[in-house]
Amino acid sequence: MFDFLEGYDLLGAFWVTVQLTLLSAVGSLVWGTVLTAMRVGPVPLLRGFATGYVNVVRNIPLTVIILFTSLGLSQTLGVSLGAHDFDTINFRLAVLGLIAYTSAFVCEALRSGINTVPVGQAEAARAIGLSFTQVLSLVVLPQAFRAVVGPLTNVLIALTKNTTVAAAIGVAEAATLMKKMIENEAQLILISAVFAFGFVCLTLPTGMVLGWVGKKVAVKR
Amino acid sequence: MSSVLYDAQGPRAKQRNILLTGVFLVAAAAVLWWVYASLSDKGQLDWEKWKPFFSGTEAWTTYILPGLKNTLIAAALSMLIALPLGAVLGIARLSDHRWVRVPVGAVVEFFRAIPVLILMIFGLALYSEYSSVSSDDRPLYAVVTGLVLYNASVLAEIVRAGILSLPKGQTEAAHAIGLRKTQTMVSILLPQAVTAMLPAIVSQLVVVVKDTALGGAVLTFPELLASANTMSGYYGANTIASFTVVAVIFVALNFSLTTFAGWLEKRLRNRKKSSGAVLSADDASLQGAAGTTV
Repeated sequence: MFDFLEGYDLLGAFWVTVQLTLLSAVGSLVWGTVLTAMRVGPVPLLRGFATGYVNVVRNIPLTVIILFTSLGLSQTLGVSLGAHDFDTINFRLAVLGLIAYTSAFVCEALRSGINTVPVGQAEAARAIGLSFTQVLSLVVLPQAFRAVVGPLTNVLIALTKNTTVAAAIGVAEAATLMKKMIENEAQLILISAVFAFGFVCLTLPTGMVLGWVGKKVAVKR
Repeated sequence: MSSVLYDAQGPRAKQRNILLTGVFLVAAAAVLWWVYASLSDKGQLDWEKWKPFFSGTEAWTTYILPGLKNTLIAAALSMLIALPLGAVLGIARLSDHRWVRVPVGAVVEFFRAIPVLILMIFGLALYSEYSSVSSDDRPLYAVVTGLVLYNASVLAEIVRAGILSLPKGQTEAAHAIGLRKTQTMVSILLPQAVTAMLPAIVSQLVVVVKDTALGGAVLTFPELLASANTMSGYYGANTIASFTVVAVIFVALNFSLTTFAGWLEKRLRNRKKSSGAVLSADDASLQGAAGTTV
């Protein structure tokens, strides 16, 4: 029944999906946190930049961003991100595009998390003489992170699904393989079921595990 | 000071801010200079490349506007079909009968867990194998199918959250005056839930508009992004110019939708003092509508 799978590297394709997800997740968490810090910080110019970035990037389709990294950045401007062969370049470009896009949503989630931290916490931290950086990194952000595990999980699940957009620039991940297999094999329903199952396996456990973690670490107020 | 995170600034903090601003400006200037230099190096800043968009209407009438029209058609169709479907699924998920609630819950969770692109690719193959839809129409059908399946299940969660957010007294009062379950739902709960959900629904439209671009990149659906591609081919590889114009249009379109949703939410929150439930997109996603940010 499943002999149509032979000759295709199904696990390899899903492994690329997982790699895209994990690398972009780490990258957008870092960049998203930096954006959040800029957005709530005391320097007007940085605040304006971060606000503008989030509002613009959130409203551009991810497909446009990913396609632009390939056609605009790579083919027109010659950016290769330190890679030499075509596949590696496209993979790295896809990660770059995913980070640029997802970090805007991470920033939004974190900012809403900062709002859940009681004002008194920040006031007390200022009262004992902590600087802005210390208030943010020692008192506010740790509590904010614990409050936004849930929303960040949603962002991570969305990111997992968004990695399929890399198919637009030919990264050999799950959606690309699915398209190829449907063209070559006459097993539409079975092939789709296999790929649907693969994504359910990736996203449902993420939601469940992190949902449990979120409840566990949430600050009880 | 507007923020509780930092104090009114003294001389040292002010100095540090000026320093940070300076460093940021220098870094930004360096990046901009690099972009400018490499763009003009590749001839992407030549007037030739940008002329089609600013002088004459040919680029707009042949490429951009038809593409934008297709984007809007696909988004509107998807939303119009997904809304009633989502309402039905959302209500069914709240059913008292286990045999309705559980399967519908499984369907909703399933379609939310799968990427829209996978659904679109499936739809395209499905229409070419099992239907008589002409090959010109297939991409539109596939895009709408994918968007409907995904967004109906997200909307189902929004509807469910909307109904659950209503005070319990509403249902109890309806039962007390002798309304049946269907009557309670149709004439008491749903109208209030719809008002509460409006901002979340408008925000979901942004997601739909953005996702139509997938059809252009992968399924040869001639929408706005796809027209950028053909356009840059026609006007001598003005990739940067074409992409910039298309991105600006997307941002303008979605930003106005986002702003409208925010305005609506504020207005409804102010108006509805009595039952008080208004859902924003964030509320909906906090209540477990995973992936509202796709």
